[in-house]
Amino acid sequence: MPKIVIDQLSLFYGQNQVLKNVNLEVYEKEILGVIGPANAGKSSLLRAINRLYEINYARISGKIRLDGEDIFDIPVNDLRRRVGLIFATPVVLPGTIFKNMSYGLKLYRKIKKQKLNDTVADALQAANLWEEVKDRLYESASTLSGGQQQRLCIARTLAMNPEVIMMDEPCSGLDPISTAKIEATMLELKKIYTFLLVTNNTKQAARTADRTAFFLDGELIEVDKTEKIFTNPADARTDDYIRGRFG
Amino acid sequence: MTFRIGPRTSQIIAHIILLLMTIVTVIVLFFIIGYVFKNGFAQLSLEFLTDRTREMGKEGGILPSIIGTLFITVLAIIIATPLGVGSAVYLVEYTRGGLLRKIISFGADCLAGVPSIIFGLFGFIFFVIQLKLGWSILSGSLTLAVMIIPTIIRTSEEAIKAVPQSYREISYSLGGGKLDTILKVVLPTSLPGILTGVILGIGRAIGETAAVIFTAGSSLNMPTSVFSSTRTLAVHFYILAREGISMPKAYGTATVLIIIILFVNLVAYRLMHRFMAKYY
Amino acid sequence: MKDKIAEKLLLFIAFSAIGSLLLITFFIFQQGIPLIFKIGLGNFFSMHWSPTRGQFGILSMIIGSLMVTVGALIVGIPFGLACAIYLAEFSSKMVQKTLKPIIELLAGIPSVVYGFIGIVILVPFIRTHFGGPGFSVLASSIILGIMILPTIVSISYDSLIAVPNTYREGSYALGATKWQTVVKLLIPAARSGIVAGIILGMGRAIGETMAVIMIAGNALKIPHSILDSVRTLTSTIALELGYATGDHRAALFACGAFLFIIIITLNIIAIRITGRRE
Repeated sequence: MPKIVIDQLSLFYGQNQVLKNVNLEVYEKEILGVIGPANAGKSSLLRAINRLYEINYARISGKIRLDGEDIFDIPVNDLRRRVGLIFATPVVLPGTIFKNMSYGLKLYRKIKKQKLNDTVADALQAANLWEEVKDRLYESASTLSGGQQQRLCIARTLAMNPEVIMMDEPCSGLDPISTAKIEATMLELKKIYTFLLVTNNTKQAARTADRTAFFLDGELIEVDKTEKIFTNPADARTDDYIRGRFG
Repeated sequence: MTFRIGPRTSQIIAHIILLLMTIVTVIVLFFIIGYVFKNGFAQLSLEFLTDRTREMGKEGGILPSIIGTLFITVLAIIIATPLGVGSAVYLVEYTRGGLLRKIISFGADCLAGVPSIIFGLFGFIFFVIQLKLGWSILSGSLTLAVMIIPTIIRTSEEAIKAVPQSYREISYSLGGGKLDTILKVVLPTSLPGILTGVILGIGRAIGETAAVIFTAGSSLNMPTSVFSSTRTLAVHFYILAREGISMPKAYGTATVLIIIILFVNLVAYRLMHRFMAKYY
Repeated sequence: MKDKIAEKLLLFIAFSAIGSLLLITFFIFQQGIPLIFKIGLGNFFSMHWSPTRGQFGILSMIIGSLMVTVGALIVGIPFGLACAIYLAEFSSKMVQKTLKPIIELLAGIPSVVYGFIGIVILVPFIRTHFGGPGFSVLASSIILGIMILPTIVSISYDSLIAVPNTYREGSYALGATKWQTVVKLLIPAARSGIVAGIILGMGRAIGETMAVIMIAGNALKIPHSILDSVRTLTSTIALELGYATGDHRAALFACGAFLFIIIITLNIIAIRITGRRE
């Protein structure tokens, strides 16, 4: 059974329809790349899956299922814990590195100090950040570099022990070395987590994704094995986009 | 024969006139403070600040008024802050556009423009007479609280609006609820801005006369409870000056009053400045 | 669940401002309006205010309030606007950064201090140099004018600064001087904000009480010159509320109700003007 099943999903901001009848499945422990030009609805897709669109007063129609369960039957806070989201620009909350890491955990339930410390350390290790920050956990998170901040955001999400990790152009503001580190982290973590990777960098999808979906103007044009999409796509528009004819 | 002035000349003339008028404005405003300080500083002494008031203010110090002002202001802030900040949170986090938002904003804007004598009338008839609280610290603080709520709402609203939306998204995407997000992310982040509003409110409360003279009265006794009548510094100063009881004491009281208010406003300004530098 | 309770509680709290406003309106009107009906509108808006004889005409006070307010605007608007224009367009960033907060700090000086300065400096000055009692329309206008300066400067400055820089650049590109740009372009563009500032300053002047009591003289007659003593609506309330009872107290609330209507109207106009801009 697929991890996530999206069925006839549409999303509206007021009169503006940004997703149009999307049907898509995400398999367990794969990286599904999502590519397409600006305003294709890629970010909205992620925000529909964890119901974050609600805080911006959008509305949706259609069904989304997580492990076969309708996401509207799951308490919204549980849903967002199970489906983590990493944003395009790393946003660290004001406060220390440790405070950033423990924020979500403390909301979740009462947690013993030792357990909290262990979880934070494990998550930082998994995000390949532990060595760089282990001696400065109580310094302000904003003192980290951009790449470190993004890995902190990933670690913060990992600490919640999610099932699916969605990334919204996670490397758009980063240098090639930081990007490589994050991609390496992702490929490692794929053994445990399911990934949805929205990217405006087609090469990144080619490097990391098992399958790739191409979106245009709120529509899913096609989804297939990454090799297939990049060598022999079914739709001419996909081909044009990948070859850089637009977007 | 007409005399025409070229654009360059008129520019220079305008510049000079504007500069002169600005200088006059600033000098006048500074002069007011300077004049009070010049005559008042000589009156300041430990005795003046810590002695009871005697012979209606002709003799002695201003301790009862300092304590009365402190009580009234603190109580007013304790009442007004939750109401003001709560309103601001509701405005920013729970409404978007719509009639409700308009009504709440309109209420705050209008209340902000109501003159203090109207608050005095209202506090007198409602708190002092209807609720039978009498001329007391409690009546005075309740009246002042109503008066400073709009200041706190407006400043807090701006501060909460300045919290980046991405912080909220992060909190939600880590499984935080709305209340968690407000209490643990939005309020702590906007705290300096909110404090600015609270401090501006304190400044307004300390300097107020018309609204407190008819609600807290003008007793010179040391206040013993929230039901005691008291005379705030501003009221004491007003009575000393208007009834000509003692000009030296009036200058001394005014100096204390202005120093406190300038200090309070300066703190508010510094806080606001640091907050703005961070988020704008 | 927790979220639902919080939302309900906050909604309740959010009505504190409008609720207070309604409460104020209700009590002021409930106390004041019956008296107006009792004595009739004609008597209420007559010249005769003599509480001991049951006469409660407020016309002379309305005229008094109007005179000092107009006087305050005559003093406050030119200086306030000049200051705002100079700070926004002619001064260096450094001067802006120092003067604007200083002027705003001064808005916090209590009104009794302004009144006091009026008593000790302005009133004697007017008495010796221009004659009359010194406690006068002129003294009140000047002090009120100074008091509303920060309001006018602050709001006008903000709306001048808010005019996009492309306007200025466009105007300079056409060869206009700074002053021409200010007069022809910036003031019209910032008009709504400037007007709102003036209206709010006007509201402050009409509503000001303690400073006016201290320097206006408070004689109950229509002043014939600006050197005559004058009594405003607000001073009457503050002077007599301490001992008034019965109809007399009701009459003071009726004054308050009248004042309240004027102020709320001015506020609504100012809110509409600034609201439209957004």
